[in-house]
Amino acid sequence: MSTTGRRVVITGIGVVAPGSMGREGFWEMITAGRTATRRITFFDPGRFRSQVAAEVDFDGRKLGLTAHEVFRNDRFVQMAMVAADEAVADSGLALGGGVEATDPDRVGVVLGSAVGATMRLEDEYVAVSDAGTHWLVDPQYASRFLHHALVPSCGATELAVRFGASGPATVVSTGCTSGIDAVGYGSQLIEDGDADVVIAGASDAPISPISMACFDTIRATTGNNDDPEHAAKPFDARRDGFVMGEGSAVLVLEELEHARLRGAEVYCEVSGYANRCNAHHMTGLRPDGVEMAEAIRLALDQGRIDADEVGYVNAHGSGTKQNDRHETAAVKLSLGPTAQQVSMSSIKSMIGHSLGAIGSIEIAATALAVQRGVVPPTANYEVPDPECDLDYVPNTAREQKVDVALSVGSGFGGFQSAIVLAHPTRRTP
Amino acid sequence: MTGLVVTGIGVVAPTGVGVEAHWSSLVRGEPAIRPIVGFDPAQYGVSLAGQVTGFVPADHVDPRLMVQTDRWTWMSLAAATLAAQDAGYTAPEDAYATSVFLAAGSGGNEFSQHEIQGLWAKGPKSVGAYQSIAWFYAASTGQISIRDGYKGPSGVVVSEGAGGLDSIGWARRVVRRGTPAVLVGGTEAGVTPYALLCQATSGRLSTATAPEDAYKPFDRRASGHVVGEGGAILLVEDPGAARARGVDRVWGEVVGHGATHDAHHHADPAPDARQYARAIQLSLTDAGITPDEVDLVLADGAGVPELDALELEALQRVFGGRADPVPVTAPSSFTGRLMAGGSALDVATALLAMRDGIVPGTAHLDDPVDAPGLDLVQHSRAQQVETAVVLARGFGGFNSSLVLRRPTEERTS
Repeated sequence: MSTTGRRVVITGIGVVAPGSMGREGFWEMITAGRTATRRITFFDPGRFRSQVAAEVDFDGRKLGLTAHEVFRNDRFVQMAMVAADEAVADSGLALGGGVEATDPDRVGVVLGSAVGATMRLEDEYVAVSDAGTHWLVDPQYASRFLHHALVPSCGATELAVRFGASGPATVVSTGCTSGIDAVGYGSQLIEDGDADVVIAGASDAPISPISMACFDTIRATTGNNDDPEHAAKPFDARRDGFVMGEGSAVLVLEELEHARLRGAEVYCEVSGYANRCNAHHMTGLRPDGVEMAEAIRLALDQGRIDADEVGYVNAHGSGTKQNDRHETAAVKLSLGPTAQQVSMSSIKSMIGHSLGAIGSIEIAATALAVQRGVVPPTANYEVPDPECDLDYVPNTAREQKVDVALSVGSGFGGFQSAIVLAHPTRRTP
Repeated sequence: MTGLVVTGIGVVAPTGVGVEAHWSSLVRGEPAIRPIVGFDPAQYGVSLAGQVTGFVPADHVDPRLMVQTDRWTWMSLAAATLAAQDAGYTAPEDAYATSVFLAAGSGGNEFSQHEIQGLWAKGPKSVGAYQSIAWFYAASTGQISIRDGYKGPSGVVVSEGAGGLDSIGWARRVVRRGTPAVLVGGTEAGVTPYALLCQATSGRLSTATAPEDAYKPFDRRASGHVVGEGGAILLVEDPGAARARGVDRVWGEVVGHGATHDAHHHADPAPDARQYARAIQLSLTDAGITPDEVDLVLADGAGVPELDALELEALQRVFGGRADPVPVTAPSSFTGRLMAGGSALDVATALLAMRDGIVPGTAHLDDPVDAPGLDLVQHSRAQQVETAVVLARGFGGFNSSLVLRRPTEERTS
């Protein structure tokens, strides 16, 4: 809870996710339990161990971007722009001038991304190095927009320019918790009085040869190439790694009174956020889940929420052996007896793991679950694992009134993040 | 606002490894911009950079960790150790009491170029197990957290050159929410073939071949800037917590921060300096001081005539009403621009200026542009500094301003 008493609500949601179009398409898909994982089409994956991914059929031009915007920006920025357009329109906020407009100096931007413009950097490298032939790369083959690609803060700039947001702006890059941390930091900007509105979210587009290769070598991704549609199996005993994904979600975060004064529709409140590190290993997780449990407890404390109020946990649920066990332990440790009743699901079973972006996409799913009283399922769940023994909402969405929901994430570097969303009508103690 | 005290500084910079080596280069007026070594940059139209020549990674980093990490992370690991040693800081029993909250800019450039080269020349199996943890922007933060056992809320922000200051702004939020100690700042290692090519596409790099011509912020013959590597990591602490652990020396206090974005164009700065001036004004308001109380400004000093003019305009908007002109210096002229590492290094420099009562000059500022109401500092000089403002901009329109105050005697004890 902020020391200033300023509260943060979500008033707009935009989503670019595999297998669907926009926020409503995304919600329809994940509540139907449909999967978007498929054999990779972006390049020939024949020489790779993992050949499956959740790709977005994305064409920036058809989604409102100009030819110049597409030309100068990596896919991760383009997807963030499209998601942000939907979120801002959804919020009904007047940004960029006019009588009713919000003061642009009070609008901030926080964009998360784990790997930034990796796709553009690799494509350009192939050209300037002649497919890895020259270490001293040839500038004659270089795009004019390589500095934009090198430093991912260009993504925050594009959003600030797009909406005339002249408040604080930054990119957050904490690996696979970037999307949760971006929304957490955005909330802190509002709590601390540095902004009234923050355009917060995350975007990643890592389905490229170098990303697939580096996860291949550490066997973090699935080897289940024969059945791409059912390759992601979080919490199932047969799980063998995550399925790479891509996408973006952007939220409009708003100070509660600011939202009330303009009569905005509120999805939910951001009641708490916390991050901790495991200081253990860059990619490995201890089975006890202690640090993630600590982050969950602190996030609940901030919102002065008791563990037994939590009705839904949107899991990290990447589908690696280690993660799902670690996370199950963390939820048991932090929620106590409530863990046995709580609904917990992983939408990565359907849309894959889009690294930093997924945290914001999962917050979008969690906010919609709270608003609509429906919990999305874990798809492809058939064979229980004795080490993962909670209620993972197998295969079918569940109608359930959710007053308080958690979304959690875990990332390379040892980052553990948790965010708490509460229904606007939840009685605050 | 929550005040922070800076209790430790670790520098790995072209001007030297260690805070005193860096400082003496500045005080003696010895810039560290030289012809690029390690590869031939001729075809990029750039021949100079600020490289960290005196850094022996094996002196600072375990060899097993060295093979898993990029040069950027080696410098971060070294700077974090130097900062902790300088602060007399050892990890407290409560592992959650220390955070690592750094700025990043371009990630593990050389490591990644090597792996992508191998992938395209030889195929996926040539990519090693460490690419997944060496390249991404959170690598240095994660490695420091793991090596030193820090489990507090940790983060990575990217706002190009403004990042070093922004990481301190974010650290204040971390401290405000109950974590007493945070490592901040960052390093950068982008003097490598591909990263240099990428940076050259900004159109802001000088093509001059003589160091005295290449990076001259606020000079009439300014023609762009030079890139560099390295940076600084600092330990900032809650003042009460620092006192409680018996800290005997405080470098200074962080008393104000302000950040804005031009929100104008994907690359070019806004044609007025309104948002830049607003960031400075926000930081002064946050610190509860007036422009009259500022003794020194460490400028962003882009070295690009248009950007320099806008910076001076922003300073005139804020400080133009003063009776005496405010001293303005640009120490990045000694190192080149270190992206995320640069503004963190400027914070270290400001604290050194306060300690010794010496204001460093701006290298190669031979013929200053007209700057009414501002005192552009050409050469280092003796001057007491109680309050300093450090400024930084990031490509695309990020503006950041940090206010530092010299510790008073009772605060030091």
